[in-house]
Amino acid sequence: MSDKNKPQTIAQKILAYHCGRDHVSEGEIVNAVVDIVLGNDITLPIAIEEFDKIGTGRVFDKEKVVVVPDHFAPNKDIKSAQQCKFIREFARKQEIKNYFEVGKMGIEHVLLPELGLVLPGNLVVGADSHTCTYGALGAASTGVGSTDVAVAMATSRLWFMVPKTIKFIYSGSLKKWITGKDLILYTIGLIGVDGALYKSMEFSGPAVNKLSMDSRFTMSNMAIEAGGKFGIFEVDGITEEFLKPRSDGNYKIFRSDQGAEYEKIYNINCSDIELQVAAPHLPSNARNASDLSNVTIDQVVIGCCTNGRIEDLRIAAEILNGRKVDGNIRTIIIPATQNIYLEALKKGYIEIFINSGCAVSTPTCGPCLGGHMGVLAEGERAVSTTNRNFVGRMGHPKSEVYLSGPSVAAASAVAGRIATPEEVM
Amino acid sequence: MIIRERAIKYGDNVNTDVIIPARYLNTTDDRELASHCFEDLDKDFKKKVEERKIIVAGSNFGCGSSREHAPLSIKASGVKAIIASSFARIFFRNAINIGLPVIASIEASNFIQDGDELEIDLSSGKIKDITKDKIFEVNPLPEFIQRIIRSGGYVKFTKENIRK
Repeated sequence: MSDKNKPQTIAQKILAYHCGRDHVSEGEIVNAVVDIVLGNDITLPIAIEEFDKIGTGRVFDKEKVVVVPDHFAPNKDIKSAQQCKFIREFARKQEIKNYFEVGKMGIEHVLLPELGLVLPGNLVVGADSHTCTYGALGAASTGVGSTDVAVAMATSRLWFMVPKTIKFIYSGSLKKWITGKDLILYTIGLIGVDGALYKSMEFSGPAVNKLSMDSRFTMSNMAIEAGGKFGIFEVDGITEEFLKPRSDGNYKIFRSDQGAEYEKIYNINCSDIELQVAAPHLPSNARNASDLSNVTIDQVVIGCCTNGRIEDLRIAAEILNGRKVDGNIRTIIIPATQNIYLEALKKGYIEIFINSGCAVSTPTCGPCLGGHMGVLAEGERAVSTTNRNFVGRMGHPKSEVYLSGPSVAAASAVAGRIATPEEVM
Repeated sequence: MIIRERAIKYGDNVNTDVIIPARYLNTTDDRELASHCFEDLDKDFKKKVEERKIIVAGSNFGCGSSREHAPLSIKASGVKAIIASSFARIFFRNAINIGLPVIASIEASNFIQDGDELEIDLSSGKIKDITKDKIFEVNPLPEFIQRIIRSGGYVKFTKENIRK
């Protein structure tokens, strides 16, 4: 069989389409046209400086560059305010349509899908490693650096190496409380933090076919924590249902061919998967939450581009309803977008959170990366629904982060130590 | 291009949070970034890098965030090249895009010890451990990536190609 007729993966097909070809080969470097270029208040300042050096003057398409000040916004200090001002002025000068000021701003990887800015079949790059989140929509989407974003903003094009693909087939039925977070922590625990280095991860199988979009976003979001380039789900009825109010249906759906080549295929039986917690200091240190019940904590964070969606808040509210946060614990809940905040308000979740003793914040990435809104002191320990637990991630280099899904985080807030919902309900 | 410097050795999964902690990301000034480079991993880095300018590390170097501040802070610290068993992909792109040479070699990374004197020939893909008199042959980078490096980074490369 000639290379041209070889069956292809979804990653190959999307990259091929974006360079006007029928076929691309794994390992090949292609120069592809991107659909969306994303930057935030941390990464865009460098990108703007580099963009100015290229000298095109204008971005390639003012509707396709998205600017979200979400990391150190609302401005946490004077220097952050300067950075936010710098990107705001750039957005105004370039007449960027999709600039989201504080008040409309949400955490970028939750906001873009919510607004229908990313669609199936899109090729998306963002100067943020969790840009892989949009793979949940059947898009090829990946994090890049500031210089990449500068070049993409100027020319619409970027170089990509066509990745090999690892397929994950999830079967069985999920136990109570298990969400996408447990599946992805379990998966990273299985393959390691470089288990999918440079690779496209394809998530499939009967168990994930039933998963909500919110849980799928969580899984795609953490593909990068295994080193992955993409973390892709195929479009199905659940995806289309999510997209119906957000798009005019004008998008192209790509599917992996029968017989497409996979570097590896993992079969994962979800029936055996318990609630997961990744212990410090790697996301791959996944354990059963029930094995860590002697770990006392100081803080709980529920939010972030990984788990700040309505499903996460609903689960947290179900556990916190009528219960109090332990007296020694600070619990910070951050709805990821203003719409999610409003929905949580209407559904009574915010009232539950405040009555149980939680702080509820406007959207920001703040605590996840030790920026603001929940920085840890020396020796402190947090359970967090965020995505990384590297040394110093949430603050002092001698602090610790345990990663979990929303149910373990909420239960731990009540128990004052790592706990499962059954222990507090 | 020949780089002759001594090695600073680190382990696996050296991530962007320890290369440059997020609390310092409120600036784009590479000198200021360099002043905090590796401070959560190795308090003595600043002293070491005065005399040793090649980082040698294990697998998955630069994993984590997409922050270009990470390779920028390393480069502005005076580091001339990084050898690692493997690199996280965004870090790898970022380093190439800003013209910081990155060389993946499991054999060299395993063999080289802290303080060894090294000579890297980027064009032929040879790493020589002068201290131990051992040579490693490394697969050359793809031609396209070599063109970016020869141009002095992705921005200069792009400018040249827009003009054509």
